[in-house]
Amino acid sequence: MKKLIANREIDINEEGYLVDFKQWDREICECIAGECNVVMTEKHWEVVEYLQDKHHKEEPLSIRGIKKSGVINIKEFYNLFPGGPLKVSTKIAGIPKPKSCI
Amino acid sequence: MSLYMAVKLNSMKNLVILGAGTAGTMMANHLVKKLSNKEWQITIVDQYKTHYYQPGFLFLPFDIYTEDQVKKDGKKFIPKGVNYIQKKIELISPDANKVTLENDETLNYDILIVATGSKIAPDEIEGMDGPEWRKNIFDFYTYEGAKALRDKLREWEGGKLVVHITEMPIKCPVAPLEFAFLADSYFKNKGMRDKVDITYVTPLDGAFTKPKATKALHHLLEEKRISEVTSFNIERVDYENNKIIDYADTEVDYDLLVTVPTNMGDELIERSGMGDDLNFIPTDKNTLQSKAYENVFVIGDATNLPTSKAGSVAHFEAEILEENILKYINGEPLDASFDGHANCFVETGNGKALLIDFNYEHEPVEGTFPIAGLGPMQLLKENRMNHMGKLAFRWVYWNMLLKGVPIPFVSANMSTKGKKLETATV
Repeated sequence: MKKLIANREIDINEEGYLVDFKQWDREICECIAGECNVVMTEKHWEVVEYLQDKHHKEEPLSIRGIKKSGVINIKEFYNLFPGGPLKVSTKIAGIPKPKSCI
Repeated sequence: MSLYMAVKLNSMKNLVILGAGTAGTMMANHLVKKLSNKEWQITIVDQYKTHYYQPGFLFLPFDIYTEDQVKKDGKKFIPKGVNYIQKKIELISPDANKVTLENDETLNYDILIVATGSKIAPDEIEGMDGPEWRKNIFDFYTYEGAKALRDKLREWEGGKLVVHITEMPIKCPVAPLEFAFLADSYFKNKGMRDKVDITYVTPLDGAFTKPKATKALHHLLEEKRISEVTSFNIERVDYENNKIIDYADTEVDYDLLVTVPTNMGDELIERSGMGDDLNFIPTDKNTLQSKAYENVFVIGDATNLPTSKAGSVAHFEAEILEENILKYINGEPLDASFDGHANCFVETGNGKALLIDFNYEHEPVEGTFPIAGLGPMQLLKENRMNHMGKLAFRWVYWNMLLKGVPIPFVSANMSTKGKKLETATV
């Protein structure tokens, strides 16, 4: 489905995650962040870049991975992206919601 | 030794299997029938003598199975013609095609199959493995844990029972749900259900990871008055105050904590530098070849594949891996492809179970199994036949599965026949 974000038509899925990463940029990012009640800071950008990097290398994202990332500790991660940090931060980063391997 | 014998021994090739659990034992049984004993020596290594029927650990705490029903001497299942070594494995040196055992004994291999499984690591979470471990904090993923929990449940007078998953992935991801369901039945039968408050705590955002199954399972949890706490990423266990606390500072109180600790691959994998953060080996999800070494294959819980860690998965993988090993030996492309097929009975208590069947592509849906349209088992629906299927499976495991005897109607790759697949999504 399509949604108007930053006055542009963006393809998203039912949960509001970007379907095509090519449509992502900093402006889109800030708009989605706003909808999640997150105001982007230097640290937020650092985390977003880390997540995108992992995603592009096809490495699965997990809380444990964050712990070992050296970018942020988990308490901070929760503070920066309240209400389910992995879910919120991946949405802002324009990448798919992490699938928990079962 | 005659010259002829010496030449013959030197020209023998070695296939080494590490781990004699479900996956390793099955591979030994499969390959011994296929590889010429004049060309190949098959060796399997496992330090432990006992083979456990791990699905039985779910039933042991509730006195449904006895201790003897879940363990047998492992030797019984290793076929003749396979060299069975009961020693600790110190190191795999994949660059040198060599495995080092205790006392510096070495094994050279032409092909290696790693089947070292996964195990619980309660020391990953602060306070879990502390003074209350197996006093009021239990696991049921080990024989010792399941037995200790049985003894505790026999005398427990009630209170807050918390069934908890630490982090994904875990072996048999439905087992903690089944534990909660069986606990509900168990306390009902003891006439003390009103004295027990059951809460299910999970890091996932629902009862299961696949939407259709989550819906069915959520409904069952409600029906059995089991509360759910979701998206709970545990930070630590406050064993002094009987609480688990997550990174968002959510607290859940317990009187009895039954947790599934972090599951990790064997330390051997870490020592050998072959694993990811959780010591699982990066493996091609279709061919089962390790990503780093072409003559190293991985099967069962030891892989990092995005499917369930379960005996059924190991069973389906074994059929694919057998084909690919033979192709590898003949220098052919490894085109047997594993589709992530898993098939799990989910005990729901009161003598009923539901059955789920899924793969990388298709989530569990309703339908009939194993014969399209006929069943007799029903997918994603609770009934008695499914429960009988689960109980009968113990016999199938010891007598057919481990020995590599094909199970009628059940194929390695998932069948879509007899299924309502209208919402097939990943």
